[in-house]
Amino acid sequence: MDQILTIGLNGLTVASLYFLVASGLTLIFGMMRIVNLAHGAFYLLGGYVAFSVLQGTESWSLGLLAALAAVGAVGVVMHQVLLRAIEHEDMRVALVTIGVSLILADQLLVYYGGVAHSVVPPDFLSGGMELGVAGIVYPRYRIFVLGLAILVGIALWLFISRTRFGMIIRAGVDDRDMVSATGINVRVVFAAVFFIGSALAGLAGAVGAGAFSLAPGTDVEYLLYSLIVVIVGGMGSIPGAAIGALLVGLVSQFALGYTPAVASIVTFALMIGVLAVRPQGLLGRTA
Amino acid sequence: MGDEDGRLVVDGLNVYYDRVHVLQDVGFEVGAEPVAMVGRNGMGKTTLAKALLGLVPAASGSVRFGGQELLGASPYKIVKAGIGYVPQGRRIWPSLSTHEHLVMVGAKAGSRWTVDTVYDVFPRLAERRDVSGANLSGGEQQMLAIARALLTNPRLLVMDEPSEGLAPAIVEHLASTLRSLVDEGQSVFLVEQNLRFATELGDHILVMVNGRIATDLRSEELLADEEKQNLYLGVA
Repeated sequence: MDQILTIGLNGLTVASLYFLVASGLTLIFGMMRIVNLAHGAFYLLGGYVAFSVLQGTESWSLGLLAALAAVGAVGVVMHQVLLRAIEHEDMRVALVTIGVSLILADQLLVYYGGVAHSVVPPDFLSGGMELGVAGIVYPRYRIFVLGLAILVGIALWLFISRTRFGMIIRAGVDDRDMVSATGINVRVVFAAVFFIGSALAGLAGAVGAGAFSLAPGTDVEYLLYSLIVVIVGGMGSIPGAAIGALLVGLVSQFALGYTPAVASIVTFALMIGVLAVRPQGLLGRTA
Repeated sequence: MGDEDGRLVVDGLNVYYDRVHVLQDVGFEVGAEPVAMVGRNGMGKTTLAKALLGLVPAASGSVRFGGQELLGASPYKIVKAGIGYVPQGRRIWPSLSTHEHLVMVGAKAGSRWTVDTVYDVFPRLAERRDVSGANLSGGEQQMLAIARALLTNPRLLVMDEPSEGLAPAIVEHLASTLRSLVDEGQSVFLVEQNLRFATELGDHILVMVNGRIATDLRSEELLADEEKQNLYLGVA
């Protein structure tokens, strides 16, 4: 019983991080049809930015904010400088973003080395926490990660469903030429969406580096899993990213706990199973 | 009524799709008097409407509005310059409710068209304000497409086949609503296949044949001349 609960909580922690990363990926894809394969490297960059700022200023929250802002800015620059001219060519976008991803990850390796780092959370988030269920003590920080993901999810949902900017994003996903044809500068909207989407990866990296360690290779892992999350949930759907992250997080952790030898196969089987039944993903719409 | 400021002057406009020469040296003017362009399917009418809005690139020519050259400008700048667009097929956003369509486009308070004044003209939309765009009827979607364009407070309204796929009674209702906008001073350029609708709204008719403007006449003339109707439109 304890074990099932603990694995379930681990699954929720991982799902929270996957959601933060994947929601950014899916937001950018939904609006611009760009699959940013540097998104995993943005996660890693966010982690290292938070690490350096924490070292320099000893402020954990400043580290989180810096990761958010810096990675958001890197995303906007990449989009404006490298992707604008090739936006409609999927293969080129894929190659360029893979290139950015490799270069970024390599530079981070040069600068930070191959040893694992971690962004140590502040005291009030450290230590264990009595959950009052079956006497389980669970790391307080991981509960924080779960809470943050839920908060970000609700904020994103409110932003997209209630604000005028959110309406523009939804309309742009449906038919973006028609958005321009009502006098709205879609370019500015694109830049803002790229900022928000990338910033979410940066925030996830900063937060994730407190729950798990930060090391070369983390970028590929998060890119892969957030792609699976987005495919399972439905490309372009934020609620889809939430459901996808929950499924992928729980399935991968339970598989690790009970059938470690074939854990990743089980996760991929989930994706294949969903694709076989609903090719557009659980909450995706057919194009 | 001779408001030079809101005059559309198109000259020598050429548009290609790959090697197909879709619009060939198209030139015409729209002022205060409503103009309708008719022609059979595939003659280039929709391409012309899209080219005016900057949604398809033109190879050469000039589109001037109020003295400002708009060819090559982004669609949003063309709309800001004062051209409103009601697209063929309505192109409602299924993810947005009726009200959200209008709020998103918005309008400055005190403009002729605000969300409230649009609801006054299309009370049916007010009744359906919380319904998703995808669940509106064809007629309601068309009203919404027009309302959305009006909210940009256009000096010229470009409409592409607003009567398409609508029941005759609804077309009739739409025509009278649009006619009252024209009477109020709204400039209109209408692209239509439905000759009755086009002549009801347009005082001046342009006929497009194979990407060229074949002729240019008053709507009474076209209505009175069955031979011309047959020749250009294939309707008896």
